Amino acid sequence: MKNIIPFGPQHPVLPEPIHLSLTLEDEIVIEAVPALGYVHRGLEKLADIRDFNQMIQVCERVCGICSMIHALCYCQGLEDMMKVEVPERAKFLRTIWSEIHRMHSHLLWLGLYADSFGLESLFMQFWKIRERIMDINEVTTGSRVIVSVNIIGGVRRDISAEQIRWILGELKIVEKEFIALQETMNNEYTVKKRTVGIGYLSKELAHSLGAAGAVLRGSGISQDMRQLKYAALSHLDFEPIVEYGGDCYSRGLVRFREVLQSIDLVRQAVDKLPDTEISVKVKGNPEGEVINRVEQPRGECLYYLKGNGTKFLDRVRIRTPTFANVPPLAHILPGADLASVPVIVLSIDPCISCTER
Amino acid sequence: MFKKFIEKSQLKSPWIVHLDCGSCNGCDIETLACLTPMYDIERFGILNIGNPKHADVLIVTGTVNHRNKHILRNVYNQMPEPKMVVAVGACGLTGGVFRDAPNVVGGVDKVIPVDVYVPGCPGKPEAIIDGVIEALAKLAELQKEGRKKK
Repeated sequence: MKNIIPFGPQHPVLPEPIHLSLTLEDEIVIEAVPALGYVHRGLEKLADIRDFNQMIQVCERVCGICSMIHALCYCQGLEDMMKVEVPERAKFLRTIWSEIHRMHSHLLWLGLYADSFGLESLFMQFWKIRERIMDINEVTTGSRVIVSVNIIGGVRRDISAEQIRWILGELKIVEKEFIALQETMNNEYTVKKRTVGIGYLSKELAHSLGAAGAVLRGSGISQDMRQLKYAALSHLDFEPIVEYGGDCYSRGLVRFREVLQSIDLVRQAVDKLPDTEISVKVKGNPEGEVINRVEQPRGECLYYLKGNGTKFLDRVRIRTPTFANVPPLAHILPGADLASVPVIVLSIDPCISCTER
Repeated sequence: MFKKFIEKSQLKSPWIVHLDCGSCNGCDIETLACLTPMYDIERFGILNIGNPKHADVLIVTGTVNHRNKHILRNVYNQMPEPKMVVAVGACGLTGGVFRDAPNVVGGVDKVIPVDVYVPGCPGKPEAIIDGVIEALAKLAELQKEGRKKK
């Protein structure tokens, strides 16, 4: 017998509204049709009435979780277009903040993921660690979530030597507490039972469906936009993290290891932090078109910008990682148990407000 | 007596339901952060639940758009009386930076009545907790009025 079960838009495991129509046969999902549009705001159209400096603030609010990296991508694109040379220190600071953002996003995801298979105390543990990262954000930028540090031509704030010492101390505690959870998250019997082999996506399918980020790397393809060496990454040691399982467990493992990698990247960046200006003055209006790509916590993010010589941009096009990960999701849901649906949906780390803008 | 018991527990242990109405996630993660060990609203007896039929306080974040305003109204109507609505963040108050965007209604209070407004972009967890406590004071007044009517 076939049943159709609506999943969302208001659902306890989902912090955001997405609607899935699940067609079930007994307990097995045979078809999943996602319906979007609950968070659509028409943000790209705002480029008509907000000038290119004000658009930074709008781009930051595409998604609150990776706001810093959205603004980074937008600013890098415009700097390319206007041929601005950004000071070295600003590049390093941008890298530090974007890695801090990645840590906070991954910790948030690990918590929600643990919650989706029922380990609520693990959720609390991850979010407890995350508060330290939020403190770092608040101390260095003045805001917990939307940090607003990027401007065209550099960054708005500097990190003092005293703050750097404090950040390194905090990161040490974060690393220690985080590694203490490794045993539960990666080796626990109940966790493995819910994640190993669930939501399998093969390497070929991941590539042909155009998956991005941890979904792609969890399926064994080594692709990370940080390989493009934007900002200060050309000065740092970086190797993308790849797992070969292709299931929810591998995706979790990729994100788990990426937190440790981000801590390492922040440490490297802090070591090499040069002593220069943090921003340069920018004159004139943008003209021409440009594409810029960066790695968000969820995967590749692409900005297409077109300027016409006035202060209003002609077009701002944003392609976000979750948009790329929805087709793989629709592919891996059929065949899964109804009880595994929340785990699989969360394993792609959906960010609906990115997708719909 | 039973009614008194319910009224008292509504104030001492309000259950909240959180609805994302098209926000950028900033306010949502701050609302979730209220539940975690750092802020831990459960020590005040406040529980977050998924079912609007059990809830006393509705926390809404984000600019309402033309598609999810029906869901917002639906969730609001499913909640039992007396109920409180807390709108969180600049978007929930007026539409914020998105107020001029094409698919934005702008503000939760254009769709359902709002009792407490929590400003900020995003609203800080302390502010959200404060907002809920404020809502409870209003709820107590409503209960008193309800008793007088009878």
